[in-house]
Amino acid sequence: MSDTPFDRAAKATPPTVASKIRGLSDRAIAWIFVLPTIFLLLAVNIFPLIWTINLSFTNFRANRPNREVEYIGFRNYERILTDSDIWLTMQATAHFLFWTIFFQVLIGFTLAWLINRKFRGNDLWTTLIVLPMMLSPAVVGNFWTFLYQPQIGLFNYGISFLTGVDPSSFQMIGDVTLAPWSIVIVDTWMWTPFVMLICLAGLRSIPDYIYEAAEIDRASQWRQFWTITIPMVLPFLMLAVLFRGIENFKMFDLVVQLTGGGPGSITELTSINLKREAFEKWRTGYASAYAIILFVTVFGLASIYVKALNKVKER
Amino acid sequence: MSSYSITEPSTPQKWFAGTLVVAYAIITLLPLVWIITTGFKSPVDAIAYPPKVLFEPSLEGYVNLFTTRTRVSPETLEALPPPESWYEEIVRNRDMVIAGPSRYGERFLNSVIIGFGSTFLSVFLGTLAAYAFSRFKVPLKDDLLFFILSTRMMPPIAVAIPIFLMFRTLGLSDTHLGMILLYTAVNISLAVWLLKGFIDEIPREYEEAALIDGYTRFQAFYKVVLPQAATGIASTAIFCLIFSWNEYAFAVLLTSGTAQTAPPFIPTIIGVGGQDWPAVAAGATLFLVPVMVFTILLRKHLLRGITFGAVRK
Repeated sequence: MSDTPFDRAAKATPPTVASKIRGLSDRAIAWIFVLPTIFLLLAVNIFPLIWTINLSFTNFRANRPNREVEYIGFRNYERILTDSDIWLTMQATAHFLFWTIFFQVLIGFTLAWLINRKFRGNDLWTTLIVLPMMLSPAVVGNFWTFLYQPQIGLFNYGISFLTGVDPSSFQMIGDVTLAPWSIVIVDTWMWTPFVMLICLAGLRSIPDYIYEAAEIDRASQWRQFWTITIPMVLPFLMLAVLFRGIENFKMFDLVVQLTGGGPGSITELTSINLKREAFEKWRTGYASAYAIILFVTVFGLASIYVKALNKVKER
Repeated sequence: MSSYSITEPSTPQKWFAGTLVVAYAIITLLPLVWIITTGFKSPVDAIAYPPKVLFEPSLEGYVNLFTTRTRVSPETLEALPPPESWYEEIVRNRDMVIAGPSRYGERFLNSVIIGFGSTFLSVFLGTLAAYAFSRFKVPLKDDLLFFILSTRMMPPIAVAIPIFLMFRTLGLSDTHLGMILLYTAVNISLAVWLLKGFIDEIPREYEEAALIDGYTRFQAFYKVVLPQAATGIASTAIFCLIFSWNEYAFAVLLTSGTAQTAPPFIPTIIGVGGQDWPAVAAGATLFLVPVMVFTILLRKHLLRGITFGAVRK
């Protein structure tokens, strides 16, 4: 039975056909591979988002689950958008966003430009500079409160060493005017390497021949910098700003450990404010509306920004 | 470089750039050096003015990190048998006795369990999804990919409100499983985007050759693509691990007792009259050093990891 012409024909057929039929179709594999991820994201991201939208129209309080929940329409949204305290936290966030991005771009780009001079050992120093960014912001933020202590803190000592000011004469965290800067300093310390790395990738992507051509045309170094370096690095720089912008808009861990939003509510960024509303005052419905407003803001700003970024890339 | 190149910076330029970069590196590393050294200072040295650079090393910070202690009267201390170990001696010198282990060990272990659990899950699911996105025509591919990315734009506190309620209903609050699932969901966007980039770089011809040789699509995936993507998978795993390791917002809101990780715990280490800085620094050192090592190992893929694969060197 084993040697009929049919069997011989079957053996001559390449195994591909047979196994392809036995194996799943590409389409089936594609779905089997993608679905678990989509399912997980639906369960842990989309379902909660829809729930949040639903809660945002209610007066629900999570610490009183048995109380009857009333639908109150857009009242939560109205209250938030007309609340002057929320505008103050928005201002604190804007201050934080603007100055952290400003310093990180300035220092980060300068460092990248210097590292790109290809001095000896630049790889080693780049790796060392990057270290702060990879660490736990909460743990590092907590330790900075020690560095910021008047008298015994290393930061205050360093400032007094450089300027001669008495180290116990100023408090970075406790002072109303200095506290907003104390969070800018730590965030800049932590995230400048991020901007630096992206700028460095941008600088390294510029082919040498462009500079060679400019050199033959006798373009000055200054002119080369403004007409070649900057435009070529700009898309990278904008990408870095996008990432930092989104991250710092969400900022919570570092600042909550550093200042806890204080003194008063001077450094109370939106996320910290939201946490107070949701998990200390337990105004869950109100906080949900607040969360939706924040999400729409980030999403809207990011979409506009990405459009601008794509335009710059096309040029 | 032997041949003269007009684009090569001159030697003085290099010296100038090198000096500035090294100076920046030293300043920026000072806080990290301070964390590590403070862990080895005695409480008195830690808060000395001016800040002490040279000091007599002490393990008191580490002893305090791992133990809870109670103060006893000098008479009771006299009556006790002599200390059996070096750490007991350190504690006795402060008129105290060891009451038991602290919770740091548990918290650290929680970080390890939740970190590795969520990393494994997100890399596993992420590799599958990334392969499908890379090789097949998935309907609405770009929308799905953007959707996966956009889940990262929500502030964690905003997501935490419904998650908090959901976990409470499902009994997942303060459990390892709950935290693993949550971190997996957060990490999966990173994993899919990074891995898609890595898999895109593997030539399709390899699999096509394998398919012609009689492999099924699935065999081609795990016998040809997976080994080729090993470096990419490993570095993606490290990025996921670092994220779960460092995460604070969800951990502080959703865990309290059993499943609390180290980041919300370390800032709560207190001694007499405020934070016990040597113990905090010791806890931070043990917690941060693994990440520093990983960062150095990862340096080639660092840029890719932090930009979701948008920038590749």
